[in-house]
Amino acid sequence: MSLVIDNLHAGINGVEILRGISIAVPSGEIHALMGPNGSGKSTLGYVLAGREDYEVTEGSVTFDGRDLLAMEPEARAAAGVFLAFQAPVELPGVGNANFLRTALNAIRRTRGEPELDAVQFLKMARAEAKRLHMPDDMLKRNVNVGFSGGEKKRNEVLQMALLRPRLAILDETDSGLDIDALKIVADGVNALRSPDFSALVITHHQRLLDHLVPHRVHVLAAGRIVRSGGPELARELEARGYAGLAAEAA
Amino acid sequence: MPAVTETLETVQSVTQSGYKWGFETDIEMEMAPKGLSEDTIRLISDRKGEPAWLLEWRLKAYAAWKEMEEPHWAKVWHPPIDYQDIHYYAAPKKKPGPKSLDEVDPELLATYEKLGIPLKERAILAGVEGAGAEISAAPGIAVDAVFDSVSVATTFRATLAKAGVIFCPISEAVRDYPDLVRKYLGSVVPVADNFFAALNSAVFTDGSFVYIPKGVRCPMELSTYFRINARNTGQFERTLIIADEGSYVSYLEGCTAPMRDENQLHAAVVELVALQDAQIKYSTVQNWYPGDAEGKGGIYNFVTKRGACRGARAKISWTQVETGSAITWKYPSCVLEGDDSVGEFYSVAVTNNRQQADTGTKMIHIGRNTRSTIISKGISAGRSNNTYRGLVRITPRATGARNYTQCDSLLIGDQCGAHTVPYIESRNPAAKVEHEATTSKIADDQLFYCRSRGLSEEDAVNLIVNGFCKEVLKELPMEFAVEAQKLLAVSLEGSVG
Repeated sequence: MSLVIDNLHAGINGVEILRGISIAVPSGEIHALMGPNGSGKSTLGYVLAGREDYEVTEGSVTFDGRDLLAMEPEARAAAGVFLAFQAPVELPGVGNANFLRTALNAIRRTRGEPELDAVQFLKMARAEAKRLHMPDDMLKRNVNVGFSGGEKKRNEVLQMALLRPRLAILDETDSGLDIDALKIVADGVNALRSPDFSALVITHHQRLLDHLVPHRVHVLAAGRIVRSGGPELARELEARGYAGLAAEAA
Repeated sequence: MPAVTETLETVQSVTQSGYKWGFETDIEMEMAPKGLSEDTIRLISDRKGEPAWLLEWRLKAYAAWKEMEEPHWAKVWHPPIDYQDIHYYAAPKKKPGPKSLDEVDPELLATYEKLGIPLKERAILAGVEGAGAEISAAPGIAVDAVFDSVSVATTFRATLAKAGVIFCPISEAVRDYPDLVRKYLGSVVPVADNFFAALNSAVFTDGSFVYIPKGVRCPMELSTYFRINARNTGQFERTLIIADEGSYVSYLEGCTAPMRDENQLHAAVVELVALQDAQIKYSTVQNWYPGDAEGKGGIYNFVTKRGACRGARAKISWTQVETGSAITWKYPSCVLEGDDSVGEFYSVAVTNNRQQADTGTKMIHIGRNTRSTIISKGISAGRSNNTYRGLVRITPRATGARNYTQCDSLLIGDQCGAHTVPYIESRNPAAKVEHEATTSKIADDQLFYCRSRGLSEEDAVNLIVNGFCKEVLKELPMEFAVEAQKLLAVSLEGSVG
């Protein structure tokens, strides 16, 4: 068992957003999380990554048996948790390569692995960028500054590829992407597939799931999981919409 | 708890745990009695064996100062300064030079050690007889250490002498090169320029003098370490740098000061003169004691720095990284007299806790096609206040003059202040003046983004702050860039990151 979310209640500024979520994502599996806007999908991503503005009021989250909620965000990253942001943050003046190397080395340090020097790192980063069909100059530019929406998303995928997480949470990484870029996101996740890797993919679109066939699909509405099923559930949603499903759940 | 609050608490705990360079050297001192009068000035002049013209010059400054009022237009506040409660002269007691390091006051050596001065240089600095000869050929940086008011020693004199460069304490220059000193001293910053410059002119005790002859590229970076070391001793440095036609010099100034409780006044004057086709690059890393977290103690840094481009195509470039001092009042400026002359000002000013900084520059365009660039980065944390104040003046004759100004402020936490006060006076319709300003906060989402990638909060702040300052840091000579980053990390890790 990799990620186990049990009866998770969480909110922000005293408003409860997640109202008792339970999901288990076993190692080696990819789960999709779908649901209407405002249902709490991004909140779940933030809570799992450790954003401090959110308050957990009930329930638990364990990752490989460790209490994830008790860990600092950087400790979660070192344990292998990665959140691809829906709105990646700009860091003016901070070079992308420098940022990625600092992050990678911080993680390697906590894992007791040797740090990479600039040359070793650049070689590795260039190879990954090439594999993801990204231009080299994305490494030279400042983190997300002046990036188009699509470039920001691809940069998240590049970070994921370099940091090699054991649990990837993708928060609508496919939103606003053209078909080619969408395929890059799917390829990025597929490349990491292994018995030790699991992913929780938040998306609105069946299209991503065509490239990234999930083991399970969960539907979140108003802070609760209202349906879980196999890949066919996503196709059903595409046909009927969330409204029909919500009516059924009510 | 929001991440930023936590950072600040971390940072504050680090800051309060102690000023890293806060040490004090207990050395026998010779001091003038407290207070300022003509007698004090005569005593200083006499102790330094000065010629009559210089004493008169000092007295003229003193007369002007008595008529002046302390300026209060800057956005800083301090309790009234009692100028009669300050020792205006303190010098380590002179003994015959020690024969070896064993004979040197161990306290003095310990101070050098804390400053990170290499062993061989320590011997020279401590005035060990014959110590200079063996390393005169070593490449690197020449150090003229100002230990309180008296320049203890100067290194690398031989290499510099070979190139014809003069680099010595200004008191020695008064004796050995009186014509040069007399010609240029006060020519950029007149004795009555402002309250603190007048005070400095009246009572300055030492500082550095540099002369680069025509066409000479100074063979090494010149460096001075200023230290404020005697209790209740205001320090009044006087620096004069002259770059003759077609010459080049890079001068590095770095400061640390011991921890103490009482506020200390520091009113230095730096004058730069660049003649035709000459270039002066003046870099400062300032890390004086900023006071404790509640604003107790700390240095008052009231400095007048100005350079004059006296000939065509002359260039003066100021780069400063200001992290210390309780109050900074400092506007390194360029007077662009020569046609096609260039002035530059690159600044990082960091304030934390109760620190106050009011700093910027003045670019006075007089010659035709003169150009100036101002890049200012202010970082405020804690309950500090950080003000950029700058003047760009284009005089009627300065046809084709251009200025570009960029002022960026970064706020950490919600109890600090950032202020930008640009003054632009253009009296020539053919001039171009650009001003850009931004204010931003280290946002919680930036910190969280970095932390979610595995960076500690402290590393995240560091990365963001260094990114913010990058344009300025890259202007520093290599020797200083590392130290500056370290300082940002300490005062910003202790104050921001």
